[in-house]
Formats: sequence, structure tokens, C-alpha cells
Amino acid sequence: MARLSRLALDDAEVDTMRAEMSTILEHVDSIQALDLDDVPPTTHVIHVENVLRADEPGTSLPHDIALREAPRAADGGFSVGRIG
Amino acid sequence: MTGRPVDLTATAQVEALRAGEISALELVDAHLGRCEDDRWSSFLAVDAERARARAREIDAMDERPPLAGIPVGIKDALSTRDLVTTAGSRMLEGFRPVYTATCVRALEDAGAIVVGKTNMDEFAMGSSTENSAYGPTLNPWDTTRVPGGSSGGSAACVAARQVPWSLGSDTGGSIRQPAALCGIVGVKPTYGAVSRYGLIAFASSLDQVGPFARTVADAALMLSVIVGKDPHDSTSLEWPEPIAVPTAERLDGVRIGVVEELFGEGTEPGVRDAVRAALATAEGLGAELVPVTLPHAHHGLAAYYLIAPAECSANLARFDGIRYGHSAADAGDLLEHYERTRAEGFGPEVKRRIMLGTFALASGYYDAYYAQAQKVRTKIVQDFAAAFADVDLVASPTSPTVAFGLGERVADPLAMYLSDTCTIPISLAGLPSVSIPCGLSDGLPVGLQLAGPAFAENRVLSAAHALEQAIGFDTLPPGLDA
Repeated sequence: MARLSRLALDDAEVDTMRAEMSTILEHVDSIQALDLDDVPPTTHVIHVENVLRADEPGTSLPHDIALREAPRAADGGFSVGRIG
Repeated sequence: MTGRPVDLTATAQVEALRAGEISALELVDAHLGRCEDDRWSSFLAVDAERARARAREIDAMDERPPLAGIPVGIKDALSTRDLVTTAGSRMLEGFRPVYTATCVRALEDAGAIVVGKTNMDEFAMGSSTENSAYGPTLNPWDTTRVPGGSSGGSAACVAARQVPWSLGSDTGGSIRQPAALCGIVGVKPTYGAVSRYGLIAFASSLDQVGPFARTVADAALMLSVIVGKDPHDSTSLEWPEPIAVPTAERLDGVRIGVVEELFGEGTEPGVRDAVRAALATAEGLGAELVPVTLPHAHHGLAAYYLIAPAECSANLARFDGIRYGHSAADAGDLLEHYERTRAEGFGPEVKRRIMLGTFALASGYYDAYYAQAQKVRTKIVQDFAAAFADVDLVASPTSPTVAFGLGERVADPLAMYLSDTCTIPISLAGLPSVSIPCGLSDGLPVGLQLAGPAFAENRVLSAAHALEQAIGFDTLPPGLDA
């Protein structure tokens, strides 16, 4: 789960996390007992329609501003490490 | 104008400025003095220079916007261009946003002056502000206790009269619960009422920005400025009617549903007594009290602690150490870089919620946890709809307890989560809700929560105002007169 979450945890952290998550999951398990087979799920409470804006060009962030907070930038882009 | 400027409500400050009794610079200076001498650690950053410069500009204006010169505190989850915004996390230490949140800009356009950024639980995950990477905020009523959370800094700075009002955000109770624990007013609007553009996302289907103030009228005034559709947030809504500053003194004919489930186990007797007394006061103003039942409300906490972590695990995937924020040094390949950046940048509660959310969304568990939680959400929405077929508003305590001691719940995440039992069902249903101080228990403030159907902000605020006038709660914490 830590790998899927992209979190490097040491053994001690894994132990603590496992114990705490078990307690929380025990609590949330209470909803398993409810019979909700015919109930639709709610993902969004207020009804909204999907919208498309008019295809008109607007202003974007200037390049240098977009890169301003980058930990590492190179050649006008974000610099990333080797993949795999 | 008599007395100290910092004791005035925002509305009274507007009047004093308009009447020429005080300049914007004098007003800002009076507040900055208290912000810089920040005994409660309400603020993570105070930008005195910018605030004073803006005050001078306003003093030089012939035509002034409606909130000209009124200081405001902004939760550090809201982006402010060039002003460091950390969301209480090491992950964003020193981060200077490149744009300003729409709601903050609306306040600035109306003339309000941002004096600083307020402390919060890291990425708004918490109920005590103890999860801030920069240390906890202290409750102005008793500095050995928490101010609540996650918007604890925004609540404390208003209670301590460092500013007359502030902005916070509420996902499961993060405006209402700290408002209750600090003896002030907090409003969580209908989901979609206020643009989330520039709000650092926690759980997008629940997050909503709203005001803290010392009176309902002030909170309504602020809300009237920030409400409405924003092209940058497609879930923001065209608002059907202007938010009115409430004036009601009576509650004749108002049917208030008393949610019995939310007075149950875990509610301190002192909290129950204060809220019951406030409801009796409402009856005296002409309201009719009707017992209502929300049969699924007690499942709200479980549903929330699956839905919110699931959404947070997706939202916080953006913190990868590439485009902004903390980045691990000398990491190996890209995957290791992500893992180390996130392990170093996030605190324990954030990691716990990302892990929980990842679990709830994982193949094999999705139906049993996440999908089931969304169905519980439907039942809660239906419970409220059934209640509002019969009553105009529902009422309950805001928090089952008064402010608890610093450190008391840190080691027990579940006990901390239980702080939000009364606020979470309303969040899951996306309804407008306000917490007003309604009395004291052991010398600490108790909050009354009122909620209404979607878009019924004016109804909720009007009733809250009438009740506030009748209760006459003194928002000045003891020992704070100096």
C-alpha cells in the first residue's frame, strides 16, 4: 500500500501505520452491514451539467512564472530523474 | 468611535472608516500589532508591509470599495500570489503561489486587506491544528487547549481580535468545529457556493470555503462578497439570490428540527445543556421545535473517513517534487524520487489518509469500502431531504465536546475523528450550515449548529442572527481585555 501511495516508509512507520489503519478500518467496517444494494452512489451532491467553454484563446501563465517554483528546471522545462 | 478599534465588528469598522473616525492605516496598524505579537500562533505568515501599503492606497482613494481597509486573515490553504502559502505542510515550505484564489481576490477587490496567512492542520487534515508542520495554534480561551481544526488559526485570530474576520475551509467540519471551540461564528456554505479555485484541494466533493467572524452579520457580509459562479471552478454555482445581511429578531413560524442522534453518546453534558438552553431561547422567539431523525447520520463518520481519504489520495498525488514544493535530494530513479519526496514532505496524518484512501480505492476493496461509502452518502442526503420536508432548519451541537487539551487526542486518530461527528453528515449532504456560540461549559465556549436545505443560506443566517441577539454571548475570551 505504501508503494501504491508513493510513500517511502521505514519498518517502524509501517508498524505504526498498520496498527492505526486497523483501528480506523474496524470503525468504518460498520457500514459493511448495511444493505445498500439498490442504493445509487452519490459522487456529487449538487446537480451540475457538464459544460464546455467557448473555444476562445485566453492568456496563460508566462513560461518563467510557471517554472518559478520548480525545484529543478532545465532548457525551459521541468527537470525529472531517470525513469526506471 | 469609542474604545479600541480591534473590538469593533467588521461592520462597525466599515462604518468608522466611512465616517472618517479612523483611517485604514490606523485600523490596519491596530490589528497588525496583535498579529505580530502572536501569542496564540494563529498566523504562519504576517505581511505587514503589504498590508500597510494597501491601507495607504485606500486612504488616498476618493471612491472606496465597500470593505475598504478592513483587515482579514486567510487560511494558509488558500493561494495568495507571491505570499508564501504552505497549507501547514513541509511539502510547501517557502512556496509562493503564482495566482490568488478567487475568493481572496473577491475580498481584495472589495477593499479588504490581507494581513497574513493562518495556521492549519496539514492540508486541512485534522480537528485540532496540531497536525500543522509549524506547531499548534493555542485556543485564546485557554492556551492549554486546542482551537479545533483544521482552520484553527483562522478561528483563533478572530477570537483573539487579531482581525475582525477570516476565511477558512470546511471539508468535514473544519470551519464550524473551530468556530465552536473558539466562541465565534463560522459558516460553511452550500457546496459550490464559493469558488474553490486557488484552494489547495483536500477532498474535492466536500471542500468549501467560508467565513469566520464574531457576529453572524459580519459573516453574512463576507459571504455576500465571495459567493457565486467562477469560470475557473466548474462546480461553483450561479447564486439564486444575494446573500443578505440578516436583521431578524424573531423566529415566529420557523420550524427547527432537533436532531436527536447528534445529542447522543459522547456529547458532554455541559454541551448538551447549553445547546438545549439555546433551543429553549429559540422557542421563546417564536420557533417551533420538532424532533427529527437522521437514521444514517451515525454512519456519516465511517463514510466520510473513506470518501475524504480516497479523494485526498488522488488530490495529493500532485505533490511529486517536480513542479513545485519539496523535492528529495539525490534520489535515484523517478519512482524513488517520488517516494522519498513524499515521505519527507508529508506528516503522519497526511500519510495515514493517503494510505487509507489508496486502500479504499484499491481493486478488490473498492466496492466494499469506497462504493459502499458513497451509497451511505446517498442515504444521508435522503435523510436530510426527508427532514426538510417537515422543518425549515435542523439544529444540533457543533462539537460533542468543548475545546480539549493540547496533546490529548494526538495518539488516537479515531478519537480525533470523533470530534467531527455532528458536522460530517451536513458536509456529506453539501448543505449550508452555521455554528454560533451559545454559552459556556466549564468556562469554555459551546457551539450551536444550524443547517438548512441547499441554497438556504439566507434562512440559516437569519435564524442564527435572531438567536445570536437573544443569547447575547460575549465573544471576548477572559484575560484578553488588555
